[in-house]
Amino acid sequence: MNSTSPHILMCPPDHYGIEYEINPWMSTARQADHATAVEQWLLLRQVLVDCGAKISEVPPVAGLPDLVFTANAAIIYRQQAVLARFKHEQRQGEEPYFRQALESQGFSVSEAPGDFSLEGAGDALFCGETLFAGYRLRSDALGHQQIGAMLGVRVLPLELVDPYYYHLDTCFCPLAPDAAIYFPPAFDDYGQRVLAEHVSKLIPVEENEARCFACNAVVVGRTVVTNSGCPQLHQQLRQAGYSPQETPLSEFVKAGGSAKCLTLRLDGEEAAAWANTRTASS
Amino acid sequence: MAQNDPTPLAVEEVEVRGHIIDSLILPKVLDCITTAGGSFHIKNISIGHDRADPSFAVIEVRAATNESLQEVLAQIADHGAVPTASHDCQLVTADIDGAFPEGFYSTTNQRTEVRNSGKWLPVAEQEMDCGVTIDPPTSAARCVPMSEVRQGMPIVVGHLGTRVFPHERTQQEQAFGFMSSAVSTEKPKGVVIRQIAKSLFENRQGGGKTLLVGGPAIVHTGSGNLICELLRDRYIDKLFAGNALATHDIEQSIFGTSLGVNIDEGSLADTGHEHHLRAINRVRRAGSIANAVETGVLQSGIMYECVKNQVEFHLSGSIRDDGPLPDVITDALECQRLMRRSIRDVTFCLMIATTLHSIAVGNLLPAWVNVVCVDINPSTVIKLSDRGSFQTVGLVTDVEPFLRSLLAEIRRLEGEQ
Repeated sequence: MNSTSPHILMCPPDHYGIEYEINPWMSTARQADHATAVEQWLLLRQVLVDCGAKISEVPPVAGLPDLVFTANAAIIYRQQAVLARFKHEQRQGEEPYFRQALESQGFSVSEAPGDFSLEGAGDALFCGETLFAGYRLRSDALGHQQIGAMLGVRVLPLELVDPYYYHLDTCFCPLAPDAAIYFPPAFDDYGQRVLAEHVSKLIPVEENEARCFACNAVVVGRTVVTNSGCPQLHQQLRQAGYSPQETPLSEFVKAGGSAKCLTLRLDGEEAAAWANTRTASS
Repeated sequence: MAQNDPTPLAVEEVEVRGHIIDSLILPKVLDCITTAGGSFHIKNISIGHDRADPSFAVIEVRAATNESLQEVLAQIADHGAVPTASHDCQLVTADIDGAFPEGFYSTTNQRTEVRNSGKWLPVAEQEMDCGVTIDPPTSAARCVPMSEVRQGMPIVVGHLGTRVFPHERTQQEQAFGFMSSAVSTEKPKGVVIRQIAKSLFENRQGGGKTLLVGGPAIVHTGSGNLICELLRDRYIDKLFAGNALATHDIEQSIFGTSLGVNIDEGSLADTGHEHHLRAINRVRRAGSIANAVETGVLQSGIMYECVKNQVEFHLSGSIRDDGPLPDVITDALECQRLMRRSIRDVTFCLMIATTLHSIAVGNLLPAWVNVVCVDINPSTVIKLSDRGSFQTVGLVTDVEPFLRSLLAEIRRLEGEQ
């Protein structure tokens, strides 16, 4: 457990909506209900606060509907934040706002090396000592390798092969330094072998629940918060000693996001070995 | 292009870095290459010792065509494998005739490519100790000898954007390759000669061109008639020699002597020492060797067979030549130019009993042309290798028994047909 209260960055959904289509979930013809979205977001926020998390907010910006998905803002490593460089120009406008928010939180913010795409913690999740990195659909494998060198951590790139699981956090969620949930068909054979080799306790998720964004979970201590509609996973989690909690996030699923996408853990994920060994600094 | 010039595969060198072993990225990239129909050669690999240490590998990716190579490269780029060379070669315009700009790229006899406008260009007319120019209208790269540099030619300088492919012997060449150990008099000659006969035979069957570079000892040792047989049966397509070989061959044809010695009896002929001069004189009076054949002055011998069988020959002069024969080219640079043009389609080269000519021709030949050097003196063969013609197979033996055995082996192969 972290020695200080968990710290999460979120962005209120004031300007959230389906304004463009950059993943298979999005359809401008299938709009999110704004009032419901606001309600769902506030519920999630409350669940996290109830778990003991401190929430900081990025001020919402008109014209940047996906700014709510703060998971993509940056890769956080101790007091460093490697800012996202979005693949789609529709989201590139978010970068300066995320920079500002992270700087105001006291992070040393650096640009991603080269000219690679890199979509923050959405595609880069620590599990133990290792940074697992999703590539091909949104982030570039080469960029992750350079960040690994920059931060001095081991990076294991995992190719994402299903466009419905376009970010690593839609199909893989570390729970602890040696445990994670994942949706195997989102990875190719190599990726599945790498995960099996390096994460000793892997909990597979069934397709119907993966489609409900079961893997897009927020882990605070032993509590695992997911979208509703993942009973099977919840049962598995309970058996493994976790406290699963569901909260409805259907309006965000329409944009291809869920609980995890709506949050960015600023003090290090529960599963990140460095977060558990750091001195109380945040 | 020479027939056994290595297939011009499209090649690019890529690099993968990071935790490429733990992440299975390296096996994945390699699988990707082969699945897409390419092939690879790991040129360098360094594996990190502990978990924080990244590894890296330099991989040469090959494909049959540039198009398929680009497809393979696009696929592996997604996994983080990127080309190592991202620089074009540097070109400097030649400021004077007959000399390169300072710092010019000096060639080897190995297959070479230069990168221009992002594309690798094969260097044509590969030859050692030259420079490389890119012809502006066609953007084609080729070797250019120093003496042929013209003001305004773009010349490659430095090593940036250049790459060399050391010649690898193919499966087919392996049989021949066993001979390419150090030059030795201790070799089992029968086996070696059988292999040379096989190479000559196959070269003729496959439509390749065989070049003979010969010295006068061929005639002195009484092996002229053996060469005549090889010429008549089209085992030799070109002949490079000096004034001496042609002179003594013609002397023998006209007077039955070589350097005044009766070839058949080994005895000195009366006034025999004048024979070679009289022979040269007769050909000079005829105007050329071909005219001498046509007018009946010359009725047999190596040069006669060359004319009769339309075998291209180039005779190069030297400062100690008598005469010389009218066909001898005394301008050394002109001679180099003619030989350079002539060797372009040569696929097999026999160098027999000549030192300076062997080295001269060795300098012109690209590394993928097999060369057999036969001499009684081991130093000739060693000199050839020392000067960079590493593809040379050396055989230290007397010329006459060599040629006799070679011909017998060829006849045996013909009999098997």
